[in-house]
Amino acid sequence: MSILGTRVVRTEDPRLLTVGGTYVDDLRLPELADAARVTFVRSPMAHAKITGMDTDAARQAPGVLAVLTIQDMDDLTPPPPPEPGSEVSEGAPLPIGGLWSEPLLAIDRVRYVGEPVAMVITSDSYQGEDAAELVSIDYEPLPAVIGVGGALDTPTLLFDGTDSNVPVDSGEAADDAIFQGCDAVAERTIVNQRLAPMPLEGRAAAARFADGKLTYWVSTQNAQISRFILAGALGMDPGSIRVITPDVGGGFGAKVGIDRDAILVAWAARKTGRALRWVETRSENLVGMTHGRAQEQTIKIGGTNDGRVLAYRLDVVQDTGAYPRMSGFLPFLTKLMAVGPYDIANVQTKSRVVVTNTTPISAYRGAGRPEATAAIERAMDLFAAEIGMDPAEVRRKNLIPPDKFPYSTPTGATYDTGDYVTALDKVLAASGYAGLRAEQARRREQGDVLQLGIGVASYVEITAADAAAGETARLAVHGDGTATVYTGSSAHGQGHHTAWAMLVESELGIPMANVTVIHGDTDLIPEGVGTYASRSLQLGGVAVHKAALEVKEQARRVAADMLEAAEADLELDTGRGAWQVRGDPGTGRSWADVATHAGADGLTAYVQFTGGGATFPFGTHVAVVEVDTETGKVRLIRHVTADDAGTVVNPVLAEGQRHGGIAQGVAQALLEEMLYDADGNPLTGTLADYAAITATELPSFELVNSETPTDINPLGVKGIGEAGTIGATPATQNAVIDAVSHLGIRHIDMPATPSRVWAAISDAPGGQGGSGGQGGQTKGAAR
Amino acid sequence: MKVTITVNGSQVAAEVADRTLLVHFLRDVANLTATNVGCDSTSCGACTVLMKGAGEAGGGKSVKSCTVLAAQADGSEVTTVEGLADGTGEMHPVQAAFHAEHGLQCGFCTPGMVMAAVSLLAENPSPTEDEVRTALEGNLCRCTGYHNIVRAVLAAAPAVSERRVG
Repeated sequence: MSILGTRVVRTEDPRLLTVGGTYVDDLRLPELADAARVTFVRSPMAHAKITGMDTDAARQAPGVLAVLTIQDMDDLTPPPPPEPGSEVSEGAPLPIGGLWSEPLLAIDRVRYVGEPVAMVITSDSYQGEDAAELVSIDYEPLPAVIGVGGALDTPTLLFDGTDSNVPVDSGEAADDAIFQGCDAVAERTIVNQRLAPMPLEGRAAAARFADGKLTYWVSTQNAQISRFILAGALGMDPGSIRVITPDVGGGFGAKVGIDRDAILVAWAARKTGRALRWVETRSENLVGMTHGRAQEQTIKIGGTNDGRVLAYRLDVVQDTGAYPRMSGFLPFLTKLMAVGPYDIANVQTKSRVVVTNTTPISAYRGAGRPEATAAIERAMDLFAAEIGMDPAEVRRKNLIPPDKFPYSTPTGATYDTGDYVTALDKVLAASGYAGLRAEQARRREQGDVLQLGIGVASYVEITAADAAAGETARLAVHGDGTATVYTGSSAHGQGHHTAWAMLVESELGIPMANVTVIHGDTDLIPEGVGTYASRSLQLGGVAVHKAALEVKEQARRVAADMLEAAEADLELDTGRGAWQVRGDPGTGRSWADVATHAGADGLTAYVQFTGGGATFPFGTHVAVVEVDTETGKVRLIRHVTADDAGTVVNPVLAEGQRHGGIAQGVAQALLEEMLYDADGNPLTGTLADYAAITATELPSFELVNSETPTDINPLGVKGIGEAGTIGATPATQNAVIDAVSHLGIRHIDMPATPSRVWAAISDAPGGQGGSGGQGGQTKGAAR
Repeated sequence: MKVTITVNGSQVAAEVADRTLLVHFLRDVANLTATNVGCDSTSCGACTVLMKGAGEAGGGKSVKSCTVLAAQADGSEVTTVEGLADGTGEMHPVQAAFHAEHGLQCGFCTPGMVMAAVSLLAENPSPTEDEVRTALEGNLCRCTGYHNIVRAVLAAAPAVSERRVG
C-alpha cells in the first residue's frame, strides 16, 4: 500500500522540539562570527519632507561602526526615469515604478511611519537601539492621506508629477441594466480591513560580502527570487550571489521575495565590508513588514424571490499603502474570483488602487481571494435576508452543479473540478444545521442575552495561479541506497520535507528515513520559484514525483543490465525497495546495489515542471457564535469545514494547514485590525495593541473530509494553504450578523469587536438603544 | 556585572551589561538559541523558560525571559527546551506529544509553547481543554490555530503525571 494519503508525522519536528530551529538570528557560523548589527532609523512621520539629517552624535556613540543614509548610496544606479506607456499590467505582482517608485532609503520625503531613513551599524543590538535614537532628522510635516476616502478626496498627492493618488484604475463601467428583472436587489459598501501578517519570526537577514561574492541568509519564502531581486538592486551578477534560507518562522505571503529593508542589509555589507545581521523587533515588524487586505468593496446583488441570483457587481478600492509594490495584482485576483462558487449569469467588476500614507500592502494568506469570498458571501446573505430565505438554501440554489465542470466564469477563470453542493451538504449535516436553527429560534423566542448565530460561507479559490512559472526538483539515489531531493520549493512550516520524502518512498520504495530533502540554497539549487499561492505540492511536489519516475526508469535499465533480463520483465517491489525479475523475489537487487552499479550520478533526474495549471479548491465553512447582546462580546463556539483540495498526500499536514488558516480567518472576522489615526500614526504598532488571536478565542475545529481530485496534474492535488482563511472569515462574520439579524441588523464590518457589535445592536431598529440609526455603520478610527 | 545562572544543569557565569535580558543571556552567553524573541511587549511567549530561585522547590515557574533581567536570574536555575529531554536523548512527554499531534509548524513559537505547557502540567496534571487554552493565552502561535497544540498538551498530561510519580 502506498504511503500517500496516510497519516505521517513530520520528520522536521524532533530538531525543532529539542534544540530549536536555526533561524537567521540563531546562525552561529564562522562567516558571521564577527557580524555587526543593523538597526534602522525609521520615519516617525506618516508624510513629511526631510529637510536635514545630523548623524554626528550617533557616529560617536558606543559601539557604532557606521551610520548610513541616502548620501552614502553613491554606488547604486538610480532608478530609470519613467517611461510613458510602459505601465506594468494590473495582473502582474510587480511595483509600478516610474513616478510611483519606491526608494531603498528615503531620499527627501517619507510616506509612512516606519519607512527606512538611515541605518546604524553597531557591534551589538543594544548599542544599535541607543545610537538610532541619536540620529537627528528634521521633518517638515505634510498632510497625511489616510484611508480610501482620504486618498480619493484630497488635494494632497503622495507622488510628484502625478495628478491623483490612483496609480491603477481598471476603468470598467457600472451598468445597472444587469439588475433589471430582479425581484430583489441589495447593495452595500463594506470594509475588508487592513491586517498584519505577523509571522512569529519577523523579517531577518544576514550578509557577508567577500572576494566579490555576496552570501546572504534571509528569512524568505523564495531564495531564488530573492537572489534576482538582490542582483537587480545591487547591480550584481546573480552568479556571484548565494542566498540561503535557514529555518523560516512563518511567512503567510509577507515573506515573498525580499523588501527594501532586507536589500539594504546586503548593500550595507558591501558598502562597509562588514558581515552584518538584521533582525527586526516586533514593533518594527508591525509597521515595516507589508500589511494585507485593506479593500473597500461596494457589492450589489439581485435575483428572484425564489432564490436564484441573476446579477452581481463588485467594485473594489484597494488601499495599497504608501507604494504600489503589488501594482493592481490583489484586486485583479479579487475580481477574477468575484463570482465565487456560484452560477451567476451577469457579473460586473471594477477596481481602483489608491496610495495612502500607510505601510505598503502586499500578499497575506489568500492575497485577494479572501477579499473576493468575503464580498460575495456577504452579498449572498444580504440577498437571502432581502427575500427571507435561509442562507444555506440560497447557496444550494446557486452553486455551480457538478456536471458543469470545467466551468468558465464570467470573470475569466476556468474552474477545473468540483462538487460544491456535496461539500455544502456534508458540512450542514456535520454541524447539525437544522438543530442549530431550532436552538437559535428558541433563544430568540426566550429573549436570551446570549444569542446564537450561524454563519455559512461557500467558496472556491485559485491556487498556483502562476503555474506556468513551474517548479524544480533534482533527485539523486546514492550508492548506499539513500536519496537526496533538491527542491526549488521553500518550506516555512508546511512540512515539505515530510511530504517530498513520502512522494519518493511511494514511487521508489526508499524509506522516508533514507530520503534527505534540501531547499533554500541557491548554490545547490540555482533554479526555483519557492512558496506562495498554495503552489508547493502541485508544482514542487509534482516535480519530485516526476523526478522519481525518471530515476525509476534509469534504475530499470541498470537493473536489467545487472540481472541480464529484459527491462520489460523487471519490476520494482516498493514494499522492500528492490528490483527483481517479475515474480521472482530471489533476483532482488536493492537500491544500493543498483545505484552502485550505475556509478556516480548514475541515478539522477532533474525536472522543471511547468505542465500544471491553476487549480480551484473549494468548500464550505459553518461558524457558530454566541453574541452577548448586552456587551456585544462574540464567542466562536464551533467551526465546521469541508475544504476540498483534491487528493490529500498527508492528512496530518493538510489538516494543519486548515487549522492555521481557520484561526487567521476568524482573527480577521473578530479581532485583528491595523489602525491609523488621522495623522497616520499607527495605533496598533505593538502586540499589546494589535489583537493577535490566542488559544482562548478559538474552539477546536471540526473538519469534514472531501477529496475531489483535479485532472490538471498527475497527483490530483490542489493547494490547501489558504483555504482556511478564505472560508473562515466570511463564515464567522456572517455568524455574528446572523446572531443579531432578528433585530434588523444586516451588516457589521470586521472585526466584530464588542464595541462595534454593541453599537450595531444599540442602533438597530429592534435593538435596545432605538436611536434610529442604521445598524452596521462603521465605527471607530480610520483605516 | 557578574551573573551566574544554572542553565539546564550547567553553571554559566559571565560579566554582562546591567540591562542584559535573560533571553539574551541564554542566547548569546549560554549559546542556547532555541529560546526565541517574538515581540517586545511581553505578549507572545516565544521566550518562555522555567526559572527556579535558590531554595525554591519543584522544577521552576514559567517566565517570559524577555522580561526578566539576567541580573534578576542571578543564582537561579533556568530550564530551556534544550534541557527538557532526559540524558538518554528521549524526548520529554510534552515534546513527544507535540510531535505526535503535529503541534508545531514553523517551530518559532514552539520552544516557548512547550515550556508553557510543561509549566501548566506541573501545576495542573489533568487540565480540561478550556484550562489548557487559558493557560496558553500568553503564548502566540500563528501557524497551528492552536488546535493541535491543545490536543498535544491534553495528550501529554497522563505521561507527564506518570513520569513525575515514576
